[in-house]
Amino acid sequence: MNNLIDLEKKINSELGTKINSSEIKHNQIYIEIDSEDLIDVVLFVKTNKDTKFRQLIDITVVDYPERSKRFKIVYLFLSHEFNQRMILSYDISENEVIASLTPIFPSANWMEREVFDMYGVSFKDHPDLRRILTDYGFEGHPLRKDFPLTGHTEVRYSEDQKKVVNEPVKLEQNYRNFDYESPWEGTKYIKELTDNNDKKN
Amino acid sequence: MTKKIKNLNLNFGPQHPAAHGVLRLILELDGEVVEKADPHIGLLHRGTEKLIENKTYMQAVPYFDRLDYVAPMNQEHAFALAVEKILDIDVPIRAQFIRVMFCEIGRILSHILNVTTQALDVGALTPSLWGFEERETLMTFYERASGSRLHANYFRAGGVHQDLPAGLETDIAKFCETFPKIINDLENLLTDNRIFKQRNVDIGVVTKEDALDYSFSGVMIRGSGVPWDLRKSQPYDCYNQLEFKIPVGKNGDCYDRYLCRIEEMKESVKIIKQCLSKMEKGPIKTFDGKITPPSKKDIKQSMEALIHHFKLFTEGYRVPEDEIYTAVEAPKGEFGVYLISDGSSKPYKCKIRAPGFSHLQSMDYLIKGHMLADVPAVLGSLDIVFGEVDR
Repeated sequence: MNNLIDLEKKINSELGTKINSSEIKHNQIYIEIDSEDLIDVVLFVKTNKDTKFRQLIDITVVDYPERSKRFKIVYLFLSHEFNQRMILSYDISENEVIASLTPIFPSANWMEREVFDMYGVSFKDHPDLRRILTDYGFEGHPLRKDFPLTGHTEVRYSEDQKKVVNEPVKLEQNYRNFDYESPWEGTKYIKELTDNNDKKN
Repeated sequence: MTKKIKNLNLNFGPQHPAAHGVLRLILELDGEVVEKADPHIGLLHRGTEKLIENKTYMQAVPYFDRLDYVAPMNQEHAFALAVEKILDIDVPIRAQFIRVMFCEIGRILSHILNVTTQALDVGALTPSLWGFEERETLMTFYERASGSRLHANYFRAGGVHQDLPAGLETDIAKFCETFPKIINDLENLLTDNRIFKQRNVDIGVVTKEDALDYSFSGVMIRGSGVPWDLRKSQPYDCYNQLEFKIPVGKNGDCYDRYLCRIEEMKESVKIIKQCLSKMEKGPIKTFDGKITPPSKKDIKQSMEALIHHFKLFTEGYRVPEDEIYTAVEAPKGEFGVYLISDGSSKPYKCKIRAPGFSHLQSMDYLIKGHMLADVPAVLGSLDIVFGEVDR
């Protein structure tokens, strides 16, 4: 398919019920599906002669802690033949296990490992689901929105034990998130502090 | 009597000079033949994506310099383009030429480093000595434009930070005259060198199909004969006004990838020359005061400029709600930024797609059945920089 409008029509007519919504913007096609249809849809767009999305560019997750379906899983595809990009996404809740793309795209291996490491999303049938970027023995999933920017532990070399030790983070000054929307009330946590003090008095 | 033979497990790195940084590669050896390679990465993981989520769009730029620290401005370019597309602003033509010119300088920087260190890994010392002298010259160009040799922080949404200083354009033009001779010298040392060829020809062969399946991009995919370059296929900034060729390999081995890089450097010199000749005096960033900081002169005279300055350097500019993926052809391959903005002045999510990540992933596939001594050769031709692999 040489233009995105034809492509959108084609995908919508062939996959019909599996596509929840589709949109064209920024010269890319955005498609939303359900998590159980992933393998069918990906196999179709990879092999069909009119789509040929032969390359998986990346897999990532967006965390929306306030939603009931917390994670939005995003797949980026590229078709060299038609010079098009597709962004495929679906929402899952926190403990849902999703299908792995490794049998279709070998490159999904590390990308899914990264997703697992950073967000704690599990994949079934993944050949080697280990942490990849964080340290050996690391706990937590750093890119979740509820993970603090400073992390939970810090390392230092202990002269007594003659080895590197992990300790809870102790900061002289916390990372401060300034609220520029209301400069007269100061940052949020200071406001909370003064409010609390007012109550006590 | 039967003897039990066990495969040998070898730790390659993280402190090995041929590991190109902090790669820990666990190799399973049968004699000298590699049976399995398991790269352990993340030793340089700094949580760039998390940090960017907590910074304004302007403060996020320096983090991109620290990804592929060999060609910093190419990374900034991807981020700047993503933000510009969401904000829907036009970049002045002079800024586009400056950006493209510095991207090509970055490409030469990266390719010199890769070609010469690859030669170093297989036993040739001289190329790196000759090549690094040129890199030094190029980095002074970076320094004169941005104030810093490596961590430039020069490309901003809407243009570049400041105009080129007087005399820089002529000096870059002079460099374009002398540099092709250096490439020739390097080629004299390596291209027909018997040892270099023995170490690289037919090593780490990638077929077309596998290059696609393993998400290869850049030289890794072109070396295997796929004519794909984002500068041509999805041109950004002013690349569609420039003439250049895309070198494509044939056999997909380490040697073809080396040849591609050499040819690409020659093309980059051509692009720089064209940029210099087409560049005209003019603005270097968009006039939109809500995005571009005002000049020092304006701040002292105009109240509005003062307010803009204050707002930009405290709150930053706000970016409307949107979702976008933009990619540029970085020296190592497709470098992409997947950006989600939520209407505030900080990105809600910024996923960085580093080409080296998917290249290194294929290490097991590439090295299986090769000898231990081929590991540095293959690793060298993958062009791995850990700043971007680990992010």
